[in-house]
Amino acid sequence: MKRRIFLKGSLAAGTVAVAAGAGLLAPARVLAATWPEAAFAAKTEADALRAFFGDAAVVDSDKVSLKAPLQAENGAVVPIKVMTTLTDAEAIAVVVEKNPVPYVTSLQMTVVAGGMFSARIKMGQTSPVNCYVKAGGKLHKASQEIKVSIGGCGG
Amino acid sequence: MATTKMKIRKNKAGGHDVMVLAKHPMETGLRKDKKTGEKIPAHFIQTMEFALNGTVVAQANLGAGVSKNPLIGIAIAGASSGDTVSVSWIDNKGEGDSAETVVK
Repeated sequence: MKRRIFLKGSLAAGTVAVAAGAGLLAPARVLAATWPEAAFAAKTEADALRAFFGDAAVVDSDKVSLKAPLQAENGAVVPIKVMTTLTDAEAIAVVVEKNPVPYVTSLQMTVVAGGMFSARIKMGQTSPVNCYVKAGGKLHKASQEIKVSIGGCGG
Repeated sequence: MATTKMKIRKNKAGGHDVMVLAKHPMETGLRKDKKTGEKIPAHFIQTMEFALNGTVVAQANLGAGVSKNPLIGIAIAGASSGDTVSVSWIDNKGEGDSAETVVK
């Protein structure tokens, strides 16, 4: 009978050790289990990127694509999908420039889970949505403006 | 009652897309209760961990900017029929849920 992983407080630190042993995670890619608080607290895109990725140069890349509507029917639920062909992708971050909290969501991954990240996000107003994929020490960027008529951030 | 659902589908890249739907209010902490005028406290999923056969392969970091009832998708490679994909998430109150599915 399998035990369900019900987490309270700390994330399954034990699975990281198992993963390292299984060889699926290279030492440099052991996933940090902590929620990136500093990135979520950042008021600007630049601060959020630095908090999450550290210092890394941004490059426009055709190896990252963003699928998102040009116009959001409802700013509270905007579906976005980031895809990348980069095989050494370590993390993906989604930043909505004009949101009160620009850093919206991110994915940290091993080689097994690198090609796609999708989510439904809130947008307060028309804004560029920027996606960054960290690979090879650089941030590969894809961006699209999404028009919003009714903002979805509440308050 | 299942508050977390998972669907796995083959994708065009030869791997699988894993879609997770978690029931959660994802409150920003900015919305006011219409009756009391008080702000509804922030309550949102923070981390969502994906594992393949018990080995963690990805962690999604979420905040209040993610829509209510988050639908999160990732692609995984190297999953075969019979493998188990599991997801666990935890929110800012320390509450969480998990789900697992066997790849067809």
